[in-house]
Amino acid sequence: MPATSHVPDRAGRFGAFGGRYVPETLTRALDELAAEYEKARIDKGFEAELDDLLHNYVGRPSPLYHAKRLSQECGGAQIYLKREDLNHTGAHKINNTLGQALLTIRMGKKRVIAETGAGQHGVATATACARFGLECVVYMGEEDIRRQQPNVFSMRLLGAEVRPVASGSRTLRDAINEAMRDWMSSVETTHYILGSVVGPHPFPMIVRDFQSVIGRETIEQSRRQIGRLPDMVVACVGGGSNAAGMFYPFIEERGVELLGVEAGGRSARSGDHASPLSFGQPGVLHGSYSYVMQDDDGQTCDVHSVSAGLDYPGVGPEHSYWKDTGRATYTSCRDLEALAAFHTLARTEGILPALESSHAVAKAIELAPGRSPDDAIVVCLSGRGDKDAAEIARLTAEKSAG
Amino acid sequence: MSRIDTLFAQLRSEHRKALMPFITAGDPDLEFTTAVLRELISRGASLCELGIPYSDPIADGPVIQASYTRALARKVKLAQILEMLAGVAPEVSAPIVTMVSYAIVHRHGLEKYVADAQRAGAAGAIVPDLLVEESGDFAKICRKADFSLVQLVTPTTPRDRALKIADGSTGFLYYVSVTGITGERKQLPQSLIDNVGWLREQTPLPICIGFGISQPQHVRQLAPVADGLIVGSAVVRRIAEASQKPREAVLKEAGDYVASLIAALPPA
Repeated sequence: MPATSHVPDRAGRFGAFGGRYVPETLTRALDELAAEYEKARIDKGFEAELDDLLHNYVGRPSPLYHAKRLSQECGGAQIYLKREDLNHTGAHKINNTLGQALLTIRMGKKRVIAETGAGQHGVATATACARFGLECVVYMGEEDIRRQQPNVFSMRLLGAEVRPVASGSRTLRDAINEAMRDWMSSVETTHYILGSVVGPHPFPMIVRDFQSVIGRETIEQSRRQIGRLPDMVVACVGGGSNAAGMFYPFIEERGVELLGVEAGGRSARSGDHASPLSFGQPGVLHGSYSYVMQDDDGQTCDVHSVSAGLDYPGVGPEHSYWKDTGRATYTSCRDLEALAAFHTLARTEGILPALESSHAVAKAIELAPGRSPDDAIVVCLSGRGDKDAAEIARLTAEKSAG
Repeated sequence: MSRIDTLFAQLRSEHRKALMPFITAGDPDLEFTTAVLRELISRGASLCELGIPYSDPIADGPVIQASYTRALARKVKLAQILEMLAGVAPEVSAPIVTMVSYAIVHRHGLEKYVADAQRAGAAGAIVPDLLVEESGDFAKICRKADFSLVQLVTPTTPRDRALKIADGSTGFLYYVSVTGITGERKQLPQSLIDNVGWLREQTPLPICIGFGISQPQHVRQLAPVADGLIVGSAVVRRIAEASQKPREAVLKEAGDYVASLIAALPPA
């Protein structure tokens, strides 16, 4: 069966994927969230308030920028960048946190928790909480705190408490575990603003819907600027929220190729990458059924990526659905290719992309030369790279020393 | 009738209550787990919960989490745990029920999990991340094999939903005492006794209370309204000392502790 945009069903299923695999304690809060969201999505007042915030606070619509020098250097298809990096807080994450902050207020909750990997979702949550006067606690793995220091400072300056997570691999996966544990005890007064299209129903649907503004704007801008829809849309995939927001409005536009780029890390060996769609199999993690990196006992594998935001063993269930229906294609890009793309985009266009987004840029750079100059590729530039500057300097020094 | 049904039928006819310790398989190794199971059952535990270590346990507090991490650090595998269980289950009087994440059950295969665990001597499973809505396929397989599938009710569960969960549960119903994760608590919520009392009038299924229980006074307070009490973190915390203390001493301490809780159960 071809993919449809009429998913998930009431049980939160995207085909076989998704659902809800969580402790009973969380069921009532998830049901309340689903019910509140159903009310909000048909409430004109909610829509107007969110639109106003996206326009006047975030700065939307974000531009669709024709990267002419990059396209020329590649010598093939025209590359366009959807500039989510120009949003307030520097990434697409704010689209979702503002929407969920409004839901938090509608549910009468005053405290918010969140997980973060690269820190972009943490900053976007801290920002939304400051804007609405909500208490904010962000869980972040110790390894990610080390490699994404600037975002840790920002979160604290915005009034959020950043709680370091020392368990497991001390990355995004462990931050989600800790946030879930907090929620197990605080669920009656606290909303968990999950940052990606992962987790139990209704999170994958809600986050996708709030991020879909990316794809909707891209369709409108493409028609206006290119005169038609692009031939291909490329986005990086960790949990997969920017990709889901970019792809979803294109699902019924069958002529547009959708390409998701996972973190290929150091090699294709297990433990060296974070590419569950490319190398994993369906299983259960963090409340939903989706592709995951796990061993033959069902234990989650350690994964690796140079980019903290993609360093995650699971992926949103709708991506699994798009993969299995063939509507989207998924590939992966190695650490070094992403780093090279970072430098290329900086040099040719004067744009520092986030290391996460650099994975998508790298794929476009690889594919553009094989295509006609009349082809258009849109890359979702999901975030800006300021947060990565110090880590990239360190890695570059390591490389030249090693 | 599964072995758990038989046990509770007998306990109810004798007006007795069950004390059910939880331990983590493979903490710090499977040999010690065997010894702990034998010790706790010989000290009067009516039933034992055997935790299958999982890498991402979101319902567990720091004590049980750390025990899973210790066990997994030694790369303990499900097949080895079941092999250990097969060695000890036939020799002990109490049924043993596995506490296992659905991530593990799914990866192993639903039918294969039931078949392998049952062959090893397990009487059932508690799958804390398998909600009643998602449990249809697995429940069917468990029922067919007469392998108990114990479901959980929590303080956040609305009453009509609690009845639905009780309908889907076999063996007993696990009543989670607090809104939160596993771990010892000084005080348990007042409403607990009312809620369990209400539920016990609605279902013939035995009800066991778990999460937070650690002191004889908890046992005295809760045993009258329940069929059994589950104690986890307080036992696991004592077993965690096995890496620093002589194992004999740790065994005795864990055994004494469980015996002290059993002594607090109301007399038959």
